[in-house]
Amino acid sequence: MTRDKRRSWEDRSRASSARNIFVRLGRLLPFALLLSPSLGCRGAQSALDPAGPQAGRIGGLWWLMFYTLSAVFVIVMALLLVAALRRRKPISSEAALAPDTKPDPAGDRRSALAVGGGIIVTVIILFVLLVSSFLTGQSLYSSAPAAPDEGLTVEVTGHQWWWEVKYRNETPSRIVTTANEIHLPAGAPVLFRLGSTDVIHSFWVPNLHGKTDLIPGHLTHTRIRADRQGVYRGQCAEFCGHQHAHMAFTVVVESPEQFRAWYEAQVRPAAQPSTPGQARGQQVFLSSPCVMCHRIRGTDAGGRLGPDLTHVASRLTIAAGTLENTRGHLAGWVVDSQKIKPGNRMPPNNLEPQDLHALLDYLQSLK
Amino acid sequence: MRRAPLVATVLTCLAAGACLISCEREERGFRVEPPSSSRINSKTLSDLRPGQGAPAGEVKNEYEGNAYALSEGKRLFSAYNCNGCHAQGGGGMGPPLMDDEWIYGGRPEQVFSTIVEGRPNGMPSFRGKVPDFQVWQLSAYIRSMSGQVSKDVAPARPDHLQGKPPENSMEASPLKDSTLQKSAEMPR
Repeated sequence: MTRDKRRSWEDRSRASSARNIFVRLGRLLPFALLLSPSLGCRGAQSALDPAGPQAGRIGGLWWLMFYTLSAVFVIVMALLLVAALRRRKPISSEAALAPDTKPDPAGDRRSALAVGGGIIVTVIILFVLLVSSFLTGQSLYSSAPAAPDEGLTVEVTGHQWWWEVKYRNETPSRIVTTANEIHLPAGAPVLFRLGSTDVIHSFWVPNLHGKTDLIPGHLTHTRIRADRQGVYRGQCAEFCGHQHAHMAFTVVVESPEQFRAWYEAQVRPAAQPSTPGQARGQQVFLSSPCVMCHRIRGTDAGGRLGPDLTHVASRLTIAAGTLENTRGHLAGWVVDSQKIKPGNRMPPNNLEPQDLHALLDYLQSLK
Repeated sequence: MRRAPLVATVLTCLAAGACLISCEREERGFRVEPPSSSRINSKTLSDLRPGQGAPAGEVKNEYEGNAYALSEGKRLFSAYNCNGCHAQGGGGMGPPLMDDEWIYGGRPEQVFSTIVEGRPNGMPSFRGKVPDFQVWQLSAYIRSMSGQVSKDVAPARPDHLQGKPPENSMEASPLKDSTLQKSAEMPR
């Protein structure tokens, strides 16, 4: 303000328009604050809400880029506004027509300074971003390969349009196969071996890591550590056909004790039917087209084309994260899945009502 | 002579419009009514029947004109392990399917009933296990193996990759002696 008073009258009017800009920008400040990490961006599928060190590094890089580029954007816009709103001397038409041949060494130096400064600042910013991006990538992927028996190894296989999840174990009978749901112990590094049976998919849990492609005929690897317990959502991130959007999965990060209990439950073969309804449901399952594609360990059903249903009732969702796992959704899915997820591989099943209810009784008993 | 540009414009528009005709995509029936299986003339075990036999009529399998249905048939052929016995049509434990010999008939409805009923000496019955529309897709594909369907709908390339990881991605593991007894005889 004191500076303004020292200026001439014309200068003051120019300054007041510039001050208006700052007042207007000040009004935008609350909106800018909304974008800060403390307020938005939380969620079960958000790269800005990291739950592990890998996602944390990616998130850090993201925020560095966000703040740097926001500052660049704001400065450029402010300069543009100042330039656009600044009052200039009126130019007479003769003066405008006459070529400007007067030498102006001071003006030349100013513009050289501005252009040179702009180039230097741009190069510095790009270099800083490049180096930090490179360092982030290096810290994510260059870790030395762990010994094969160290830690947990999870094989994820992409299918159109669901995820097969297999926990490797040295004892074949302790290998756990499930679908569309991954349980992880908090704080332990897990090696993911990713493959595909049909087309390229991409494995992406934004809260835990970046994307890794699943390529048919080629294994890819990624290493994830989840520190914060919670339920996160993963999603196929590479267009893979008709139901790509409905190809999601759930990641449950729990304490090591909870994980061990879950694993022991999954290792067990399917529960035997305990009521007459469940027994009939098992018969319906084994005598219908279900057995062509699905597996229930402990029964004759050994299909490998669709998800393993040994413990289907223990999962949170069905149809690759499309529906909550409730009796009604399960019924709709069994009878006419093509209405829910057109083009998926499961054919419609015309079951008698009592058979359907028996089948649902049985499927819901597979905890 | 002044009309020439106008004529050229109209002709260009017509040509562009004609291109749009090719934009129509083939129907993919996800919720389909399969052809009725009531008119299937399968080989019966007895020649005795009340009244006359049904008139010999062709049962038309609509899927034989649909490329998507044929590619589904090709996918199911290996998914349901048909290739376990018939290989890729050349035969193995089961008879070849790509030649011109048909033991139980090569018309669409005959192939259908062979899959649904099963046949002696090894062909299982898939009744109630494979939905009717998939059997029709399979029979369309099986007929395409010997060129029975039109060329523009038959699959042009193998669409399916091996489910297991390729050999060059496998990790080396120590060799172990097999406890199984070796047999010099082919299974019968």
